[in-house]
Amino acid sequence: MTWVTRTALVAGLGFLYAPILVLVAYSFNASPLVTVWGGFSTRWYGTLMSDAPLMAAAWVSFKVAVLASGIATVLGTLAALVLERHGRFRGRPLFAGLILGPIVMPEVMIGLSLLLMFIGVGLDRGLVTIVIAHATFCTGFVAVVVAARLRGLDRSLEEAAADLGAPPWRVLTTVTLPLLAPAVVAGALLAFSLSLDDLVIASFVSGPGSTTLPMRLYSQVRLGVNPEINAASTLLIALVSAAVLLASWLTARRGPG
Amino acid sequence: MSRARFGRGFDRLVRLPPFVWLSAFFFVPFAITLKISLSEPATAIPPYLPVLDWRAGLDGWSAFLEGLDFDNYATLYADPLYRDAALGSLTYAAVASLILVALGTPLAYALARAPVRWQPLLVALVVVPFWTSFLIRIYAWIAILKPEGLLNLILLRAGLIFEPLTILNTEAAILVGLVYAYLPFMVLPLYAVMSRLDPSLREAAADLGASPTRVFWSVTLPLSLPGILAGAGLCFIPMVGEFVIPDLLGGSETLMLGRVLWTEFFSNRDWPLASAVAVLILAIIVGPVVLFRDSLRVGEAGDGRP
Repeated sequence: MTWVTRTALVAGLGFLYAPILVLVAYSFNASPLVTVWGGFSTRWYGTLMSDAPLMAAAWVSFKVAVLASGIATVLGTLAALVLERHGRFRGRPLFAGLILGPIVMPEVMIGLSLLLMFIGVGLDRGLVTIVIAHATFCTGFVAVVVAARLRGLDRSLEEAAADLGAPPWRVLTTVTLPLLAPAVVAGALLAFSLSLDDLVIASFVSGPGSTTLPMRLYSQVRLGVNPEINAASTLLIALVSAAVLLASWLTARRGPG
Repeated sequence: MSRARFGRGFDRLVRLPPFVWLSAFFFVPFAITLKISLSEPATAIPPYLPVLDWRAGLDGWSAFLEGLDFDNYATLYADPLYRDAALGSLTYAAVASLILVALGTPLAYALARAPVRWQPLLVALVVVPFWTSFLIRIYAWIAILKPEGLLNLILLRAGLIFEPLTILNTEAAILVGLVYAYLPFMVLPLYAVMSRLDPSLREAAADLGASPTRVFWSVTLPLSLPGILAGAGLCFIPMVGEFVIPDLLGGSETLMLGRVLWTEFFSNRDWPLASAVAVLILAIIVGPVVLFRDSLRVGEAGDGRP
C-alpha cells in the first residue's frame, strides 16, 4: 500500500467513525454541557433506566423488530431462491422490482402509501401495522444477502440430490437451506437492526400507544442535544453493531461448497 | 416429465409468498397513493374526498371518477414552495452525489488495493456504520456542528477562527449529513467493481512506463466507471426523498420534498397534497431507477455478465 491509499483509508474510516466515537464519549461525560468535560460518569445511564416512556418505547421496538425480521427472513429467503435459482420466468422483472424496489424507495413514500392503505382497509394502526411495514422494507435486504451466498454455492450439490431422486422440497430443506443457514441468519440480524432503527416509516404507520424507540428519541432530539439521549444512543449503537458484526462474520465465513 | 412438472409447481409455490406480500404492501399502496393524490382534502375521516363507495355499484364508481381532479398537481405547479422544494431536493442530491464520487473513489480504491487478507475486515468497517442507527448518526453531527460544538471548539483553540462559525442549520450541514450517511452506499458498489479489475492491465500500463498517477487516471478510473455510476445512482435516488437529514441538520426554511411531504401530512393534514408530493418524488426518481436498474438488481446474476 502506498501512502496515498493508506491516507485515504485512515481519513475515510475516521470520517465514518469520528461522530459515533464523539457521541459515545459524551455519554460518559459527567457534565450535561457538550463543551465541558466534567469527568467520567455513568449517571446518564442511570437516569435512562428510570425513564419509563423510553423503556416502554424500547420494548415496543424490540417486539416489532423480532416479528418483522422473522417475516422478512422467510420472505427474503424465498425471494432469493427465486432470483437465483428460477432462471427466467414470465413476470421476473416485475418480481425483482417488487423485491428490490423498497431498498431504494425513499422512506417517506413507503410510510405514506402504507398508511393510506391501512386506513383504506380499516386496519387499526398499532404494533401490527408497524410489523407489516417493517417486514415489507426489510425483505429486499434479506433477499440481497441470501442471494449473494446462493450465487457462491456449488449448484452441483443440489443437482446431485435431484439426480438421486430427491423431490424439489427435499432438495431445498436438506441441501440448499442448511448450506444457506449462515446467510439466512445474517439476513435476519440485518433485518432486525434495520427495523430497530427505522424512524420515518414507523412514524407514519404507528398509532397511539405504539411509539417506537427511534420515534421517542427523535422527539427528544428535536429539543436539542441531551446527555441521556447520548447514553440511549450508545446502548443502541452497541446492540446494533454487535448484530451487524455477527452478520458480516457469518457472511464472510467460507462455508462448505 | 412428471418430475419437471412437479418441480415447476413447487417453484410457483416458492414464488407466491414474497410476490403476494410485496404486491399487497408495496405495489397496492402506491396505487392507492396515486388515487388519493387526485382527491380533494375534506374535514372528514378519512380526510379526503371522494371515497370510493363500492357498495353503490356502478353509480358509486361514476361518482368516484367524476370527483377525481388534478387540483393538487395544479397547486404543486403553481405554488413556488413546491417547485423550490423539488429544485432543492434535486440540487442537494446532485451536489451530494458529486461530493460522494470525489470522496468515495479514493476510499474504494484504497480498499481494493489493501492487502487481500485485510479486505473483508476493512469492508466490514465501512458497512457497519451504514447499518447502524441512521437517526443517531445524524444526531451525532448536531453536537459537532453547532456553534458551541466540537468543531468550532477545535477550530477556535487552534486559532484558525476567532468566532464560532454557523454551520448547523445551513446548506453545508445538510451536505455534510448526506455525504456522511450515504458514503458506504457509494463505496460498496465501487469497491465491488475495483476489486475485480484485472491487475495485469495496471501492470501492463506500468511496464510501458506510466506513472502510478497516470495508471489510475487512464486505466483504473475509466474501467471503474460502471461502479461510480452505480454508486452515484444508489445514493441519488433515496437522497431525493430524504427527511431526517434536512429536518435535523437543516434550517427551518430548508426546502426538500421529503420534508414538505412530512409537513403536509403531519402538520397541515392535507393528505391528498402529501400524496401528490409522493407521486412527484416518484416521477423524479423513476428516471434514475430505470437508468440504474442493472446496478440496483444487486441480487441478480446469470445473465452472462461478470
